[in-house]
Amino acid sequence: MPGAIQSLSRAAAILRLLAGGERRLGLSEVATGLGLAKGTAHGILRTLQQEGFVEQDPESGKYQLGAELLRLGQSYLDVHELRARALVWADDLARAAGETVYLGVLHQRGVLVVHHVFRPDDSRQVLEVGSMQPLHATALGKVLLAYDPVARGELGDGPWEAFTARTVTEPAALDAQCALVRERGWADAVEETWEGVASVAALIQDRRRNPVGAVCVSGAVETVCGPDGAVRPALVASVRTAARAISRDLGAHRF
Amino acid sequence: MTASHIAAIDQGTTSSRCILFDADGRIVAVEQQEHSQVFPQPGWVEHDAAEIWTRVRSVVRGALERAGLTAADVRAVGITNQRETTVLWDRHTGVPVHHAIVWQDTRTEALCRELGRNVGQDRFRRETGLPLASYFAGPKIRWLLDHVEGLRERAEAGDVLFGTMDSWLIWNLTGGVDGGRHVTDVTNASRTLLMNLHTLQWDERIAESLGVPLAMLPEIRSSAEVYGEAVGDLAGVPVAAALGDQQAALFGQTCFAAGEAKSTYGTGTFLLLNTGEKIVHSYHGLLTTVGFRIGDRPPVYALEGSIAVTGSLVQWLRDQLGIISTAAEIETLAGTVEDNGGAYVVPAFSGLFAPYWRSDARGVITGLTRYVTKGHLARAVLEATAWQTREVVDAMEKDSGVTLTALKVDGGMTSNNLLMQNIADVLDVPVERPYVAETTALGAAYAAGLAVGFWDGLETLRANWHRAAEWTPRMAADTREREHRNWLKAVERTMGWIDQDEQPET
Repeated sequence: MPGAIQSLSRAAAILRLLAGGERRLGLSEVATGLGLAKGTAHGILRTLQQEGFVEQDPESGKYQLGAELLRLGQSYLDVHELRARALVWADDLARAAGETVYLGVLHQRGVLVVHHVFRPDDSRQVLEVGSMQPLHATALGKVLLAYDPVARGELGDGPWEAFTARTVTEPAALDAQCALVRERGWADAVEETWEGVASVAALIQDRRRNPVGAVCVSGAVETVCGPDGAVRPALVASVRTAARAISRDLGAHRF
Repeated sequence: MTASHIAAIDQGTTSSRCILFDADGRIVAVEQQEHSQVFPQPGWVEHDAAEIWTRVRSVVRGALERAGLTAADVRAVGITNQRETTVLWDRHTGVPVHHAIVWQDTRTEALCRELGRNVGQDRFRRETGLPLASYFAGPKIRWLLDHVEGLRERAEAGDVLFGTMDSWLIWNLTGGVDGGRHVTDVTNASRTLLMNLHTLQWDERIAESLGVPLAMLPEIRSSAEVYGEAVGDLAGVPVAAALGDQQAALFGQTCFAAGEAKSTYGTGTFLLLNTGEKIVHSYHGLLTTVGFRIGDRPPVYALEGSIAVTGSLVQWLRDQLGIISTAAEIETLAGTVEDNGGAYVVPAFSGLFAPYWRSDARGVITGLTRYVTKGHLARAVLEATAWQTREVVDAMEKDSGVTLTALKVDGGMTSNNLLMQNIADVLDVPVERPYVAETTALGAAYAAGLAVGFWDGLETLRANWHRAAEWTPRMAADTREREHRNWLKAVERTMGWIDQDEQPET
């Protein structure tokens, strides 16, 4: 097999060895078991340990499989868990912003709305949980496109449907916007989905910093944007604070 | 005085919290600490009231620090508390004479049967609105007087004070042995089996029947008035409200008018319906209780229905059956199917409660066919909470003659979208969730703020209530009727499971 990386193959062999038996193995047992020099085996074990794939018993010094391997096997986050964790933060965001809040996740080439908090004006509003929004024309979608390679892959090459004159329909323009999203840490969509509606979104990450969804504030362009036509900085700050708080509740480290 | 915040102390069954609110009713800071649960024997649950007071002081300090505020920034403090939990303490030393007996504790069941004499459970219902049951404080006081050496003599001499958690906290907050006020509010007093709902005073005849000396009882005050000034971290701040937790949630949900109701969905569920100035006696197994009383205005009464097993049924699916790994996953699983597939779950784990009150019932899963999957069971589990809500609402409508037009919900299970939709469907009324999940603490803050004029009236508070989500009924009427019939059939199948001779000693 050309191009196989020796140390990765050896690391895999070590993981298989540790997965094979029930008991924990010491360094020399691992080294002899795989015909490796002790120093080599130790280097690989230490790296695996840093990544959480291997744990070392503090008393005996023996090695066993780490919890991270288990988590890899069940990495997807239940969207209802996401909603339960996000509930208080989304409420607070809607109240602070005075606007509608949505939480979205990637689903079949679009954004699935998994949580919706009404605009706090007690006007008649309909719960939109379960509805879909377009990836390329919403702030939620652009955050997912910017941070989740799967989302960008699923969207394909365009050109995409223009919902308004301001919808971005060409891949080059969209990819440039995504680069900007990554740089700034937030996305906006001003009258790109519906005339008169603007939204601003930020990324929600889990404990391994995987992109699991996005949270956005959405409202009339007159209230979401300032006189210069750009999204008001205070709203951007509120959305980003909420996204960080939800991510922290999902176990992500402070960032 | 420019103080711009209200503090709420929420003394709950597992933890104590202090929450600071601003003038819009928004949360500025929260601090929370758990306290120990003591289980001396099966069915007994106790708390160390001294520990709780330590925790409360600590969360007050913590919340102030977190918000960067001092006592001078706090206009008033309100208290909401686990109801019925009973503590007796020495008025001269401030030391509890025994662990507090928690509402869940069942040690007084035999005593309650004995106190019922030939009349039974309803002996004091007309005066108190309550059945003789082990939850309530009166029998717990009696148990302590009977079982702690020399206590009755000290109580009769006026050396020992009784309180539910509100009284214990107010007494300590206002100085304890050094001039602490010994008071309780009407909502907490209405859970003792000792207060007359009509006079809002201790009922001497009942106190005598229960063997509780009047000398140890606190003065009954309204839910929103200044009881005294705090010392310590909140020095100088008026202690201005007390409400039992469920009544506080009713108040926090701004259910101020007759016919308004709230339902709090947690491990169990508590539904309260405001019946206005009218005392509605229940013939369908509900409790009659005081909803709140603001200063010297007339009291507002409520009907209360509780559902023992709601969130805990989801926990059962997770912990005992292992079908889901987190509570939130039930919605995912239920979402894999269109309907219940003909299956029904009735979680009568320890009998049926309101409106049936059948202790011989046990839980069933019924309607099983080869077709039924775990997805159908998940749906049936959520539907069980919805139908139990429907039964309590039906009972309330029968007792009060009031027809519900909307249900305000709060509590952890409100994050379950499918469940909330299902409740709207089976009740055939909109279900509304407000901002601020902390309706209980908010209720205490509202009452305290009203008492000191921080908020000028109920309408201002109403204007603070905003709908964060609303679920409107979508179920066809004939489907609802068919499902209701099936649910009733399933309930029928739970009854009579336990034979008289194997009734557990309750």
